Amino acid sequence: MTITIKQLQKGLADKQFSSVEITQDYLNKINQKNIDLNCFISVTGELALKQAASADAVIASGKGSVLTGIPMAHKDIFCTDGVKTSCGSKMLDNFIAPYDATVIEKFNRSGTVMLGKTNLDEFAMGSSNENSFYGSVGNPWDTSRVPGGSSGGSAAAVAARLAPGATGTDTGGSIRQPAALCGITGIKPTYGRVSRYGIVAFGSSLEQAGPFAHTAEDCALLLQSMSGFDPRDSTSVDQAVPNFSVDLNKDIAGLKIGLPKEFFADGLDSDVATVIETAISEFHKLGAEIVDISLPNMGLSIPVYYVVAPAECSSNLSRMDGVRFGHQCENPIDLEDLYKRSRSEGFGEEVKRRIMIGTYALSAGYYDAYYLKAQRLRRLIKQDYVKAFEQVDVILCPTTPEVAFKRGEKTDDPINMYLQDIYTLSLNLAGLPGMSIPAGFSQSMPVGLQLIGNYFEESRILNTAHKFQQVTDWHLKAPEVK
Amino acid sequence: MSRWETVIGLEIHAQLATSSKIFSGASTAYGAEPNTQACAVDLGLPGVLPVLNTEVVNMAIKFGVSIGAEIGKRSVFDRKNYFYPDSPKGYQISQLELPIVGVGSINITLQDGPNEGQPKTIGITRAHLEEDAGKSLHEAFPSHTGIDLNRAGTPLLEIVSDPDMRSAKEAVAYARKIHSLVRYLEICDGNMQEGSFRCDANVSVRPMGQTELGTRAELKNINSFRFLERAINYEVERQIELIEDGGTVAQETRLYDSDKHETRSMRSKEEANDYRYFPDPDLLPVIVTDEDIEIIRNNLPELPEQKCQRFISDLGLSDYNAELLTSSRELADYFETALALAPDQSKLLVNWILGDLSGALNRSDLDIQSSPINAAMLVTLLQRISDNTISGKIAKEVFEAMWQGEGSADSIIESRGLKQITDSSAIEGLIDEVIAANPNQVAEFQAGKEKMLGFFVGQIMKQSKGKANPGQVNQMLRDKLKA
Repeated sequence: MTITIKQLQKGLADKQFSSVEITQDYLNKINQKNIDLNCFISVTGELALKQAASADAVIASGKGSVLTGIPMAHKDIFCTDGVKTSCGSKMLDNFIAPYDATVIEKFNRSGTVMLGKTNLDEFAMGSSNENSFYGSVGNPWDTSRVPGGSSGGSAAAVAARLAPGATGTDTGGSIRQPAALCGITGIKPTYGRVSRYGIVAFGSSLEQAGPFAHTAEDCALLLQSMSGFDPRDSTSVDQAVPNFSVDLNKDIAGLKIGLPKEFFADGLDSDVATVIETAISEFHKLGAEIVDISLPNMGLSIPVYYVVAPAECSSNLSRMDGVRFGHQCENPIDLEDLYKRSRSEGFGEEVKRRIMIGTYALSAGYYDAYYLKAQRLRRLIKQDYVKAFEQVDVILCPTTPEVAFKRGEKTDDPINMYLQDIYTLSLNLAGLPGMSIPAGFSQSMPVGLQLIGNYFEESRILNTAHKFQQVTDWHLKAPEVK
Repeated sequence: MSRWETVIGLEIHAQLATSSKIFSGASTAYGAEPNTQACAVDLGLPGVLPVLNTEVVNMAIKFGVSIGAEIGKRSVFDRKNYFYPDSPKGYQISQLELPIVGVGSINITLQDGPNEGQPKTIGITRAHLEEDAGKSLHEAFPSHTGIDLNRAGTPLLEIVSDPDMRSAKEAVAYARKIHSLVRYLEICDGNMQEGSFRCDANVSVRPMGQTELGTRAELKNINSFRFLERAINYEVERQIELIEDGGTVAQETRLYDSDKHETRSMRSKEEANDYRYFPDPDLLPVIVTDEDIEIIRNNLPELPEQKCQRFISDLGLSDYNAELLTSSRELADYFETALALAPDQSKLLVNWILGDLSGALNRSDLDIQSSPINAAMLVTLLQRISDNTISGKIAKEVFEAMWQGEGSADSIIESRGLKQITDSSAIEGLIDEVIAANPNQVAEFQAGKEKMLGFFVGQIMKQSKGKANPGQVNQMLRDKLKA
């Protein structure tokens, strides 16, 4: 049974239940199911009930906002004042930030309730949530399979109905890919729409925070609360945030939807392709005009991404040096030993791999050939999209080439793992908004459909998704979790 | 003449005089308890982001237009990656490819060599903005190193010169010129002891006539102009000796030890970091328009060279005096404050300021801002000379008393009874006494020995304890003796 934020909101307003009651209910479910799923790193029950009680008081006084009293889960990469922010890493297992990320601050102001902090691939590096110091996460549709990553904990929690909404971050697909694999809705906004302040940085020029929920309608509500210029983040954009909910029901007749041929080519699972084609026919029925387009440079996105993101991460993670916070090795003999052992012990394999790749790409003698060249190619990828959006309003493609794979299946094959993000990475390189919505099933596992919008046109893809969800019920299907 | 030519380039780090840091809101004030002026951004906590303090950009542009440099219309902050405990992020935010200030130059006056006294233009390669690191406190705790991050994130303008200087004295002249300029511009307090103005010197030697540069050593940890000169001279000698003994100079960083007066190897090029510079993705490029630059240019204060020219042409000061007076903004301000109170006394003011006052300041190791005699006090003193209340000689005694804090010129003259004797009858009495007491000398004078006049004046002044008006004494004595 799916309960949306919209429904909870109505129930709270109509006094059918209190925030404390629903919060307790979610906490009970987490208590039952988290052992199998492992989607939470920290469950903040006491804090949640306190927040819920004050939300109830606010609602009673009639001063509540649309999200007051709504329980949520936050990816454990958002700094939360007084609550551990681990980033899924041994390195930050003992790290308690003395401040709230802007996104958390905004949700606190909206009156949401934090149920806990969710599991993720270490420092958001991964596509399966298997790179976590706290263990891997089960996909609620089949716990022998991965939930996707890096925001696997948040996606699994929402899919398992342990939270009606959650936050994630998306550096190369980390919201859209797990949303697809877990059969829920997730949106990554335009780069600069949401403040990155307080999000432990992996790929600074690529990442954006966004919400997970069951519906596009709920995502619009959550994204509304997260968005906006933040003077503490120089890359956040000082631009008015539209009301994402007002255009949800707009007619999409005549909407031009582009299908990039590069995203329907080799490598796409044929069952997944069939699900997407069926979904396309739904859009056609809704009156959208389907247009074939080409994004010729998309083949470059994986190599470009795996230079840019590791380069930035190699520098961003330098502050984890064992000196001021985080893991420190025992009895260092000198400074170099302190650095080497603290970092060797504190970071996992994938993080180390990316630090090494990034360090190499930025090294004297290689910088031009790798980093500079990648930045040039990045502009070509962006140009492809700019040209495409001269022709179409929205771009549609599968979110992932296949459904959720088995746990352990790709852990020894990083390249194959990287290929899971082949349809999502280029949006981060270009800075475009994109979302994944449930479009059907293959092998009893959910299939995600990706909608890509032009810069700052989150409203348009939310509208497109909402219209689809009005005529389909894939997003309401719930897994049977024991 | 030496067979060797010295080549010096300087890297000057001027701490910009903002009240908050370059990328955070924490205070930049010096001397606070360790780590009390370091916020989450300065501590490099996970998740924090830098936000540029735009005041530093304006300050850098001010400097740039003052040295005739091209201003970067689009400058970019880069990350310089290296691990060190006082560098909390594991990288320093600096500018590599696109600095805010491009090529410029500044003129100095040569301090030695065949062209001493002549002007020379020193090229400035660039000036860029960056953040300072924190401090490692190696002495504070036994077997541990303390880290103080108060200084982390303090804005610096790094000013890089061309290798245009040929002696330690030239290097000091250049450093002083930059020091004076940044203080005129009010972009740096110039305090070398507190590290607000730091000089690193790149020093090499080459055989006279060779165009190719020798291998250079970079000298660090120099915190006064005197040490700059000594460190360079030591290093030049070291390099020449090394080469003459058949060795080669290593490209390395050397630390100057002012106690032992030597430079010591700190790290060699081989051990040097690969800094892996790349544009900081957390900061947007800084865009400066022509209009921004013009506004700053039009609001520049009068610069030392302009002021110097004005002193020469409008006040008729000598080149030498004008240059000395404008060598620091504070000294020039002192002079101009005094001049405003006594507009017709420029020559006398210059003599006193550059003479007695500067001498006293030097002896007490004070700068002009800390002078116990302010401009108004000095002007009153000089007015007492011109209105004949005291003689120039007595004025020196009054000056000394003022320096010691005994009060204003008038109160000292009053309390010590130094008022000049101008009463003709009193002076006449003194003259008569001296003439009567020295008949032989009177005879000599009258026999034509004119210089005896000095003897009489001396005797009379002595009798009057210096208080008799010397002009009057002279005139009246002459009349008496000739009578």
